[in-house]
Amino acid sequence: MEHFTPGASFLGGVLIGLSASFLLLCNGKIAGISGIIGGVLRPAKGDTLWRVFFVAGLLTGGFVLRLVSPHVFDIAIGRSGGAVMLAGLLVGFGARLGNGCTSGHGVCGISRFSPRSLVATLTFIAAGATTVYVVNTFFGGAL
Amino acid sequence: MTPLVSSFLAGMVFAVGLGISGMTQPAKVVGFLDFTGNWDPSLAFVMLGAIAVHAFAYRLIRHRPAPIFAPAFAVPPRQDLDLRLVSGAALFGIGWGLGGFCPGPAVTSLPSGHVSVLLFVVAMVAGMYLYTLAESLQTSRPDSRHRAIASQPTTIPTPLAFQHRHDA
Repeated sequence: MEHFTPGASFLGGVLIGLSASFLLLCNGKIAGISGIIGGVLRPAKGDTLWRVFFVAGLLTGGFVLRLVSPHVFDIAIGRSGGAVMLAGLLVGFGARLGNGCTSGHGVCGISRFSPRSLVATLTFIAAGATTVYVVNTFFGGAL
Repeated sequence: MTPLVSSFLAGMVFAVGLGISGMTQPAKVVGFLDFTGNWDPSLAFVMLGAIAVHAFAYRLIRHRPAPIFAPAFAVPPRQDLDLRLVSGAALFGIGWGLGGFCPGPAVTSLPSGHVSVLLFVVAMVAGMYLYTLAESLQTSRPDSRHRAIASQPTTIPTPLAFQHRHDA
């Protein structure tokens, strides 16, 4: 546990919670990233531009992070390009099928005590943990 | 301020929060999911911080009749559990453990310029598009759905494809 960062993680979480609250207060929307992006792929009149601006905000925040503390983008895990693409495909399809991801279910949904979000969050943590166990046990931690 | 500015600001703060929290580092995500190995519980503190703030703020905000820039709140009304929710979350979790990324951190990491992030996001959007495609195929073939519903003894209140507009 040499990389344990409870303080920074909690602080980052507080910012995420503030952002989700701000979006709800101003726009009345749930800060579920997969739902926001997915809605752009299926445009509905008057419900698309705010999504584009949210994603632009994410990217701008990413640029700021790159300038201020590039170490937050340390991505060294043993995964091939093929594994990464399969992962992306599963994340994208799964998030749409299950109506949400870590932000929409894990943060926003649990915050309003939604039983669907609680079940979804427990499910994706269990599935993720199983996947990591399989990769570490049978593939030596690299794929 | 306009609704587009507030949306942009929310996205920016969200991204900075993700970066500070460690969510943009796949190694930390995999460490969090590695319960039986070298477990790094940090990401539990991300959820703790985010939920502590949002659970409190959510209740305050919902006392208002409407949000500042919109006529109504768009909060998912569904309470029921179904197979789609669980299977979708399971597929999502497999991808999350495999790649170490979920949608927000992946998009936030695009400016890092790492090729693997770009690969992940392109595949993720393709996966989302694939879902949208499958969904529109389902809605454009009412015959097959009617047969499917008729073959089920229990009642299905609304065709699933139509309920799907209320996304998290």
